[in-house]
Amino acid sequence: MIDTPELSLAALAPLLFVLGAACVGVLVESFVPRENRHPVQVGVALAGTLGGLVTTLALAGERTVTAEGALAVDGAAVFLQATIAGLGALAVLLFAERSLDPARSAFVASAAVPAGTARDRELATSEQVQTEVYPLATFAIGGMMLFVSANDLLVMFVALEVLSLPLYLICGMARRRRLLSQEAAVKYFLLGAFASAFFLYGLALVYGATGSIRFSEIRAASTAEGTGTLLVLGLGLLVVGLMFKASVAPFHAWTPDVYQGAPTPVTAFMAACTKVAAFGAILRLLYVAFGTSEWTWRPLVYGIAIVSMVVGAVLALTQTDLKRMLAYSSIAHAGFLLTGVIGLGGDGGGSGLAATMFYLLAYGLTTLGAFAVLTLVREGDGEATHLSRWAGLARRSPLTAAVMALFMLALAGIPLTSGFTGKFAVFRAAIDAGAWPLVVVAVLASAVAAFFYLRVMVLMYFSDPAPDGPTVGVPGLPTTIVLAVTATATLVLGIVPGAVLDLADQAAIFVG
Amino acid sequence: MTDFPWLLAMIAVPAVGAAAVAALPKGRDHLARQVALGVSLLVLVLTVLATVAFDTGGPRFQLTTSVSWIPDFGVDFALGVDGIALVMLLLIGVLVPVVVLASWRETAPGPRSMTAFWAWLLLLESLMVGVFAATDVFLFYVFFEAMLVPMYFLIGSFGGPRRQYAAVKFFLYSLVGGLVMLAAVIGLYVVSNSQLGEGTFAFDALRQLDIDPGVQKLLFLGFFTAFAIKAPLVPFHTWLPDSGAEAPVGGAVLLVGVLDKVGTFGFLRYCLPLFPDASRDLAPLVLVLAVIGILYAALLAMGQTDMKRLVSYTSIAHFGFIALGIFAFTTEAATGSVVYMVNHGIATGLLFLVVGMLIARGGSRLVGDYGGVAAQAPLLAGVFLVAGLASLALPGTGSFVGEFLVLIGSFPEVPVYTVLATVGIVLAALYVLLVYQRTMHGPPRGVLLERAPAPGPVPAGGGGATATTTGTTTTTTATTTATAGPARLRVSDLSRREMAVAAPLVALVLVLGFYPQPLLDLIEPAVAATMVDVGVDPGTAVPAGSGLTTGPGGTD
Repeated sequence: MIDTPELSLAALAPLLFVLGAACVGVLVESFVPRENRHPVQVGVALAGTLGGLVTTLALAGERTVTAEGALAVDGAAVFLQATIAGLGALAVLLFAERSLDPARSAFVASAAVPAGTARDRELATSEQVQTEVYPLATFAIGGMMLFVSANDLLVMFVALEVLSLPLYLICGMARRRRLLSQEAAVKYFLLGAFASAFFLYGLALVYGATGSIRFSEIRAASTAEGTGTLLVLGLGLLVVGLMFKASVAPFHAWTPDVYQGAPTPVTAFMAACTKVAAFGAILRLLYVAFGTSEWTWRPLVYGIAIVSMVVGAVLALTQTDLKRMLAYSSIAHAGFLLTGVIGLGGDGGGSGLAATMFYLLAYGLTTLGAFAVLTLVREGDGEATHLSRWAGLARRSPLTAAVMALFMLALAGIPLTSGFTGKFAVFRAAIDAGAWPLVVVAVLASAVAAFFYLRVMVLMYFSDPAPDGPTVGVPGLPTTIVLAVTATATLVLGIVPGAVLDLADQAAIFVG
Repeated sequence: MTDFPWLLAMIAVPAVGAAAVAALPKGRDHLARQVALGVSLLVLVLTVLATVAFDTGGPRFQLTTSVSWIPDFGVDFALGVDGIALVMLLLIGVLVPVVVLASWRETAPGPRSMTAFWAWLLLLESLMVGVFAATDVFLFYVFFEAMLVPMYFLIGSFGGPRRQYAAVKFFLYSLVGGLVMLAAVIGLYVVSNSQLGEGTFAFDALRQLDIDPGVQKLLFLGFFTAFAIKAPLVPFHTWLPDSGAEAPVGGAVLLVGVLDKVGTFGFLRYCLPLFPDASRDLAPLVLVLAVIGILYAALLAMGQTDMKRLVSYTSIAHFGFIALGIFAFTTEAATGSVVYMVNHGIATGLLFLVVGMLIARGGSRLVGDYGGVAAQAPLLAGVFLVAGLASLALPGTGSFVGEFLVLIGSFPEVPVYTVLATVGIVLAALYVLLVYQRTMHGPPRGVLLERAPAPGPVPAGGGGATATTTGTTTTTTATTTATAGPARLRVSDLSRREMAVAAPLVALVLVLGFYPQPLLDLIEPAVAATMVDVGVDPGTAVPAGSGLTTGPGGTD
């Protein structure tokens, strides 16, 4: 006689919604005629992500561990799931943009056709498009949402793979500069496979040390028996795997190449959603499983945070490509986020969790918006991502430049933008936890980082436009919605962040 | 009337004005500047009315407004002014309309529209009011940082040839200081959290904290770095000559006249009361920097060939005096510093404006390109002289009152530094009189020797003319009679608009020089209260002081 595992369907509703939509998307791909496929796929993906968002919001206040302890649906999980679903919906809108590229999509017509062949050239101007990106992205979103609520290491690993594999694929599906895009996909895949292996090895070691993969039992074991070499080693390997996904230096090597090569909407998606998911998992792993043995990981995270901030900020200075620059900026921001992670006490006290979650939301929206602006500035058939091409953009298109300037100011953390509120929150948490030297490093890194954000503004506003400069495309409805939402959110979270901070504060609870 | 939220109105009016100007369609530059002038005059009226509503014998912070802003951080949108902040608001109220009028014919480099200039200017005014009116440290910080953005655009979009470099340098220097202060602000919050059981940013609550000396020193240094960059004191000063020289004249006036005062204001408002022990312990450090600044910047000023850089360097020297007065810890000296802050804003503002007028005529920023201007433009030369004399603190000008109070107030406490600083007065006379003599007297030189079509011959690095108008030159060439040879550039005297720009400031220089009492009455109680915070007996009398009895009583 086998007992059915206890399962709270209500608590799983968001996941079911998103993963269900992804499955429907696969069926649509098989059964809906090609000419109708694109709108249907977009509709399904949006229904899934928005449905996921609504159901997570309905779950607010839920504090349960379900699926035989494999999933924790608590405040932090719900908040982060809602963030991922919301950002995911915005990213899907970016995917769906049809009016910017002359061939009506940023995605390749047929991914299987080798780049540079006659068939490929023929398809380059075709309006045909590979609509698999929508179910793939929806699967990735589902995986991310599972990632942040995983309450044991095995589920976390499964979620890691569910979110990673579709991402590897859609990175390689750019319509323009296909070889670069495919190279990015391969790099991401190879390095990502390594990271997964690290995670898996860490999982095995932790299991060996504690006899369990359940977070609560690992916590109990590490409290009772102290921490052996095996456990510390396992923890280290797990952290490497997760930090890789969060693109934290020194595990960041893939980030600039992949961000640059991937289609820009996909880059936006990765920069926003993957970051949220990875940090959700890092927070849960460190605090729920290893919260009582913080001394094992605190110095490690402390050091990684410094490395990431410094590497991200300094290397971004030398970049001449906007997508690469934003990639390094994402590495630096990962470091800032880690200061928030340091700010959480082992008992779950302190404001670090709420601060980090708020930062993730604010950063996700801003960076998504910044990449959305990148899709507008075009040259020839592709996007003009080289920094010098942006000279004098304010003269050509004041509104585009103003929106970009807003995002740059937010990323630099200037007051009255969401970036400042987020930075303030994580720095406060870190100083509260006594990590003021870390905060001093962080503010200095912020100052360095401000330089390259400013450089974009200098180019847009103070330089004279080149005569053969890029054109600024008129965005269609989807991109317009994304820009409006992200710009508004960037301002609102900077000027009146009270309500959202409250929400994050109430949600800052781990069960396990 | 007294319940009217004066300060809120003074922040909101220019902010709304800025939004309105920004929303104007392209090509409505004229309407934009009219709106800007109207709004800035309205703010002036508001400041004057607020001053009337302010009771010099009343509580320390008046005209207060407080609304909860971000409850999770314990932040209130709390405004209020003491006498020191109030006189700074008056300075803003006076300078902004003057600047608007002075920039009336300003044109942007390249095919830019000037509407943005007026919008940024009004936004800057709004934020400047906010920074002085905030009584919540977080709110102060927000204004402190946000203020950079409009000034950045003013320099970067409308400045001289090296404006990009200057704008970025300005922004980064200030931002670095600001971020270090941010760490200290958070530290202060954390200390308040542990001592009061609830984190707060309210100035009045933070003042009561009893902070461990070691922590105090760190926090003091955090705030001090930001203010020393802003003010600027000597090792942190290199951004100012660049920004001052490249900014459009109107922007430079506000930059040096008001923005930089946030630094010295910050010493007095935040460093001293919040960290009294650290302030006293580290005062020698500040005094050394101040005195070095006075002497070094004066020497550098003498060596400058670019007039706008020269004025910027004189300001650095003056900031040394102000810092000396503040860190001497006497009521007299600190009162003198505040008086000096106000008068320096007026005098240096006037000097920048008159230099700007000269540059608009000659198309060059270099001292060597001018000579004998007084013969052709006596009024211009006269205003130049008044501004220069006010800048060297000649008795009878407002700056003298400030400088004198600083020196006699500091001497009993820190005689060596004071004596050294006094040398700076001699140097000040030198750099002012030398530049006056070179440009205004003697035979015609430089650009005056060639009749060149507007915008005149522009020597390398002196392309200020692109940012300024040449309209005045053309109009007045027609009106003056040909007395000089045909090979000479005719320098027109002040136009009516320019007289309207200079007159109020010249009047203020003289009025505050001969009758500074109303200013002293406003400032003194607030300074005395600050001295009580630092634990210094505020009882030492100011020569003309009458408001002293209210000193300690007015603290809370």
